[in-house]
Amino acid sequence: MTAADRSSTVQDLEQFRLDVRQWLEDNCPESQRQPITPEEQYFGGRNATFPSEDARIWFERFRDKGWVCPEWPTEYGGGGLSPQQGKVIKEEMKAIRARTPLYGIGIWMLGPALLEFGNEAQKQQHIRDIIDGKVRWAQGYSEPGSGSDLASLQCKAEDMGDHFLVNGSKIWTTAADKCDWIFCLVRTDPDAKKQEGISFLLIDMDDPGITTTPIELISGESEFCQTFFDNVRVPKENLVGELNAGWSVAKALLVHERKLMSEIGSDSPREVVVPNQAARQYLEFEDGKIADAELRSRLVDYDMEMHAVGLTHFRTFEEKVAGVRSAAPLVMKYVGTEAEKQKSELLLAIMGSQGLGWEGEGFNRAEIDTLRLWAMSYAMTIAGGTSEVQLNVIAKNVLELPQG
Amino acid sequence: MALVLNEEQQFLQDTAREFLKTNAPVEALRTLRDERNKTGYDSALWQQMAELGWASIILPEEYGGLDFGFLGLGVVMEEAGRTLTASPLFASAVVGASAILLGGTPSQKETLLPAIAAGETTLALALEEHNRHKPHSIATTAETTDDGYVLNGRKTFVLDGHSANQILVVARSAGDTGDSAGLSLFLVSGDAPGIQRQRTLMADSRNAANITLDNVAVGPEALVGEAGQGWSVLEPVLDRGRVAMAAEMMGIALECFERTVAYLKEREQFGALIGSFQALQHRAAFMQTQLELARSVVLQALSAVDETPEQLPLLASLAKARLNDLAQLVTNEAVQMHGGIGVTDEMEIGFFLKRARVAMQVFGDTSFHKDRYATLCGY
Ligand SMILES: Cc1cc2nc3c(=O)[nH]c(=O)nc-3n(C[C@H](O)[C@H](O)[C@H](O)COP(=O)(O)OP(=O)(O)OC[C@H]3O[C@@H](n4cnc5c(N)ncnc54)[C@H](O)[C@@H]3O)c2cc1C
Repeated sequence: MTAADRSSTVQDLEQFRLDVRQWLEDNCPESQRQPITPEEQYFGGRNATFPSEDARIWFERFRDKGWVCPEWPTEYGGGGLSPQQGKVIKEEMKAIRARTPLYGIGIWMLGPALLEFGNEAQKQQHIRDIIDGKVRWAQGYSEPGSGSDLASLQCKAEDMGDHFLVNGSKIWTTAADKCDWIFCLVRTDPDAKKQEGISFLLIDMDDPGITTTPIELISGESEFCQTFFDNVRVPKENLVGELNAGWSVAKALLVHERKLMSEIGSDSPREVVVPNQAARQYLEFEDGKIADAELRSRLVDYDMEMHAVGLTHFRTFEEKVAGVRSAAPLVMKYVGTEAEKQKSELLLAIMGSQGLGWEGEGFNRAEIDTLRLWAMSYAMTIAGGTSEVQLNVIAKNVLELPQG
Repeated sequence: MALVLNEEQQFLQDTAREFLKTNAPVEALRTLRDERNKTGYDSALWQQMAELGWASIILPEEYGGLDFGFLGLGVVMEEAGRTLTASPLFASAVVGASAILLGGTPSQKETLLPAIAAGETTLALALEEHNRHKPHSIATTAETTDDGYVLNGRKTFVLDGHSANQILVVARSAGDTGDSAGLSLFLVSGDAPGIQRQRTLMADSRNAANITLDNVAVGPEALVGEAGQGWSVLEPVLDRGRVAMAAEMMGIALECFERTVAYLKEREQFGALIGSFQALQHRAAFMQTQLELARSVVLQALSAVDETPEQLPLLASLAKARLNDLAQLVTNEAVQMHGGIGVTDEMEIGFFLKRARVAMQVFGDTSFHKDRYATLCGY
């Protein structure tokens, strides 16, 4: 790229930014420019209703503009934009606190995997439905006996000629009771080596033989389910990738999941309290400094950590655009979720007893949300591969240490 | 794109790595130490480094500089950190040159900068008066006389102080010890009457000196920046130094880490390579996460020098604090993971450990920078 090319791209991007800003100004309803509550998050799906008329209008305009998945190819309903442009849209939305019109692991995880591994028919059938919010997806990876050691999974799919017969159970399936379809890892060859007998299946949850039961978490929420498969017939065309080669699809999808989780907090539905603002509200100051030296020190540690994490996110993006390979993306899940946990712990310390409100009188919304987020922060260092497993991955794939 | 090196910078890095590995490996520092070399660095090597343009890397072309900016400097500092190369690069080409560049009169710039660029003249900053970094706690006095100033005081931890041709002395021309107002910077010849320089032998086998100024008389032309306004020059100079030192520490940490990971792959105990033990794997992987974060803050701080100087104070403190912690973590773990051999003088790991401890004190340790960062954030 010559200097002239580069500067023209920069100019184009600046123009694009202005256009985005204008479009958002003209199209994002006022009510959609404030922090969202968990109840108002729209995940789409067959039975979904919009939380408000404005939310519907906002989603439809956004979808028609092609911005639900701005970087996906246009032939499946994506926006066909560059990563830089996608980033500009995000930044400009953030600037006016515009809500994300549609959430979903179809967008975050399955879509990218289908674009990479799915056949033409699968892309035609599923990608547009994800973008249009018509189908809500669940992730069927973990099993009661297979968490970190995912490849030990047992849920089996037998080849019955024209279909697979699925039997077994999946656990921690987020929102499975509200989802329309589930993507599952199933064992298709019990005799092969662990990773080599696994396939990646798409299953319609309306199929007979599927049941779900919710699980309550320490955060008081119960968006998680155990999902049971009892002689479920799945058409052959729902196999993604080759038979017994599902592990590579699974891994690619996990990369998206981890990236997403490393960015957690940046798009939280709850009222996000920033520690150094909380400090001003809840702590005593002397001569312009937080009087409690220990808390002040913890706060700087956290702020510096987040500053470093933020810059590293930015760097991974720039490296991706520049085509530079580095280990940074592989460490982000670990550092992002650990920092989030550190933050929650710090906020509780700063707020003292005001940070312990579970519900009701005596606590404001932000305080209660802080406690709920604290409880949720524990899940983040577990879901999508625990922190320990992340360190294993780094040791193996980045440092190439000998495996015992 | 601030956080990704461009082709030129990448090329510079490759050249620097190749050159230093060949001409100034850790072994060279060992030799300097064992021979108790008087200068503390190899003058011939420094001439070669200057010929490569490294002494002028941040200087504009009009002064014979390479004009590569701080990102360019950063890659060279990092490579020098990998080899623990002793040279006046930091004291003279970064700190000294920045002071003249930011505070010097046109005539100071014209005479000094090309000489610094050519590696002919070296500078050292005589700032500290305490065992810990306190940049405005200055008791050294500058009294006005009919022909200029008279300086009196004691300085410590003056990097390259015993060998530099010119000493940049921070002195108080007004105000009380502890004020940032009232400070002035003076350029004093290293052998001016009344100057006593005592070289100290420190942990890292590099160059630092204690300097005593006893009625040292200088003319008005020795003043760098305005009288009493020295802080406005000194603060950005210190920040540039902090960022450059952070880049060197990045190199120290990376090299030390890579050597350790290599050792984990070759040392066998209990019939297995020790790198297959998960307790060690997790500690190594954790270091990798910290190296990645450090990489980003160093790059951002380096690019802030040239592009967003208003953000420099915050970013310099972030970079120095984080790299202090990183260097400590990595060098400690490196020694531990090497086992017994790690505490022998024969093993070079110890050189990294010692250099890291000195680097950690240069222009502020972690608690200094945490305090500064918090203050800049308003708490
Ligand atoms: C909020 C949340 C949402 C989730 N959503 C989904 C979902 O939608 N779909 C889905 O399929 N799954 C989901 N999961 C499941 C998640 O992927 C698993 O919980 C996770 O992989 C860990 O497995 P486990 O719970 O069985 O823990 P275990 O694997 O039993 O781990 C227990 C402990 O042992 C440690 N450990 C295990 N193996 C090793 C090792 N090799 N080395 C070192 N330490 C080890 C772990 O780090 C952990 O500390 C979700 C989990 C959470 C918390």
